[in-house]
Amino acid sequence: MELRFSEAERAFRQEVRDFIAKELPKETRDRMIAGKSPTKQMVVDWQRKLNAKGWAVPEWPREWGGPDWTLGMRYIFREELQMAPAPQPLAFNTNMCGPVIAEFGTEEQKQRFLPRMANLDDWWCQGFSEPGAGSDLAGLKTRAVKQGDHYIVNGQKTWTTLAQHADWIFLLVRTDPAAKKQEGISFLLCDMKTPGITVRPIITIEGGHEVNEVFFDDVKVPVENLVGEENRGWDCAKFLLGNERFGQARVGASRERIRRLKAIASTESLDGGRPLMEDPDFARKVTEIEVELRALEMTVMRVIATESKRKDKKPDPATSVLKIKGTEIQQMCSELLMKAAGPYAWVDGDPEAEGSNDIDVAPDWAFGLAGVYFNWRKQSIYGGSNEIQRNIMAKAFLGL
Amino acid sequence: MDFDLTEEQRLLQDSVARLLTDRYGFEQRKGFMASSEGWSRDIWAQYAELGLLGLPFAEEEGGFGGSHVETMLVAEQLGKALALEPWIPTVVIGGGFLRAGAEAGLRAELVPRIAAGELMLAFAHTERQSRYDLNDVATTAKRDGSTWVINGRKGMVVHGDSAGKLVVTARTAGGQRDARGIGVFLVDATGPGVTRRGYRTVDGQRAAEVEFSGARAEAVLGNPEDGLPLVDQVVDETIVALAAEAVGCMQVAHDMTIDYMKTRKQFDRPIASFQALQHRAADMLVQLEQARSMSYFAAMGVEERDPAERRRNMASVKAQIGRSARFVGQQSIQLHGGIAMTMEYAAGHYFKRLTVNDGMFGDADHWIRFLANAGGLVQAA
Repeated sequence: MELRFSEAERAFRQEVRDFIAKELPKETRDRMIAGKSPTKQMVVDWQRKLNAKGWAVPEWPREWGGPDWTLGMRYIFREELQMAPAPQPLAFNTNMCGPVIAEFGTEEQKQRFLPRMANLDDWWCQGFSEPGAGSDLAGLKTRAVKQGDHYIVNGQKTWTTLAQHADWIFLLVRTDPAAKKQEGISFLLCDMKTPGITVRPIITIEGGHEVNEVFFDDVKVPVENLVGEENRGWDCAKFLLGNERFGQARVGASRERIRRLKAIASTESLDGGRPLMEDPDFARKVTEIEVELRALEMTVMRVIATESKRKDKKPDPATSVLKIKGTEIQQMCSELLMKAAGPYAWVDGDPEAEGSNDIDVAPDWAFGLAGVYFNWRKQSIYGGSNEIQRNIMAKAFLGL
Repeated sequence: MDFDLTEEQRLLQDSVARLLTDRYGFEQRKGFMASSEGWSRDIWAQYAELGLLGLPFAEEEGGFGGSHVETMLVAEQLGKALALEPWIPTVVIGGGFLRAGAEAGLRAELVPRIAAGELMLAFAHTERQSRYDLNDVATTAKRDGSTWVINGRKGMVVHGDSAGKLVVTARTAGGQRDARGIGVFLVDATGPGVTRRGYRTVDGQRAAEVEFSGARAEAVLGNPEDGLPLVDQVVDETIVALAAEAVGCMQVAHDMTIDYMKTRKQFDRPIASFQALQHRAADMLVQLEQARSMSYFAAMGVEERDPAERRRNMASVKAQIGRSARFVGQQSIQLHGGIAMTMEYAAGHYFKRLTVNDGMFGDADHWIRFLANAGGLVQAA
């Protein structure tokens, strides 16, 4: 039993840390520390830097530019990005659609899409959820009917993250309405410039524009954009979800938030003039999260260790533990950060805009913290809600 | 990063599991509990046979040469069986003091006797006023020629009634709560000046109230003027065993609950079909897995060389284990329903042991408070 990272892995961590310190633009980092999403340009520039270094697509096979890292190295890489904080390589390109194409796609598809995906020449978005198919994804209704060498797509996708930036969308569509739920679904790639596509923003409770509705009205998708076999798209979907090995544990992200929280709570003072961090109640709440985070980190290590030895690609139900705890911890962090800011957390403003605090009504560090708290309520809903995760555990682990 | 056991470790784990499966069923345990000592000498002899009683001692001293990982593996199995024997007090705590605080000559005398199952030890540290503060020591030790004379009273000395020797904390200098001036002494439990009153604890284990009036110490363990660092170290090592024992208890409590949910029928179907209960069971599993992770971490974190950092590590272990133990224990009762409220049914006994386990050397609240005062686990940005 060896519970520490190897010397090589520790050296790799230092290499990643040094690279980020040298290459990550200060504006990007500052914006992320403030709890805002990086702009499109920031994400693109950063991913191109990573791609030039050979680090943009850790999950891909070597022949398509993957760096052949161990799971431990992939984890370290993501953790360092989260702690910096720096943008992750765009998940839709690198974690979701890319691996599916590399696994199920034709040679032409691979050559056409993968290099541009890795370099973020094309921004991809995910067309899975629908108004009537959320947790019950296989209930999706968007139809694709084959006519000659095209599919004609009609329907609606929703919660489409950053579709406003996207050049392409990967879709789950129903190609055989007569088949059983999971068996009539296909995986299509669709150019967002195709006539008949309408993107409508969804503004979330904190005022941000992350997600969208995407409408398809007689959209023509060439048959060569089908990935894998027709009506076997559910295999692609399952494969894609199974690639999410560390769940949404995001240990590095929580650690970054706790560091930030403790820094703020050490200067912000209570009524009596003492730093908030010296208030026993507050300190105890922070400590409770720190303990849970350490346990979660060790659980991630266990998942990495078992996954490294597994041959099959089925999702490990332990990722449900990571998702539930990881999101609970992140949500607690966002709540405590908001509380640390006291009344100044309440200033409203466009969370996407630069210089939102120009009128100087609150300390810069406090601005938008309530917005992050509101926004992060999404974490226990997306990626298979935490209740769905409990269903998965009940079925897979408990045999209930 | 590798959580695999070595071949020897797997053998050790399997042999303990086999012994306990064969000889330590719930009904057999009831019999042991009802016996005069409250545990089984026969089983103790079996532990000796398997090498469990010499586990942490060096092989050349007559021990098994086990690391903290071995301690963890054995303690988890003992937890699964709710074993009643004084293994932790004798081998982990007493053994810890001997390894880190005894002269080689003393070890040469005692280790073979411990390993053979002839000598049990107990740790006499708690006092009426001390709660979980290891530095709160009113019992005194006064030098008298070449020996020390102990006066005072210790409570909740776990397995103090069957121990042949007691490891006693006593004040050699300073005020009652001073960190310095605490010595650790080995005292013959049957010698003059030692009075013991044994009793049963709620989890079916044994403990004793021990009075020292002019009892002479047989040996000093560590520095008699500054023994608290030794106590801290041994307590930290003991947390490895307590954490693993709790994980063993939680595992069984959880498994029993799942089995019961599948067989118990209400409204014409197994109660396992109700989602509210499924989700509770899933939450139990989350807590169990988080606890298991921290049990592994304990075996690593206790090897930290800086005592302050080591203490922080073990505090985080104890806090998570305690939180998990409370949830898993309480919910195993709730999901069973009335049956788990009965003395005849095992679930309640796991719950009781988990409750006491949480409290040993400080419950989760105590260690959260400690960590909060010590600056937590993550550095501020």
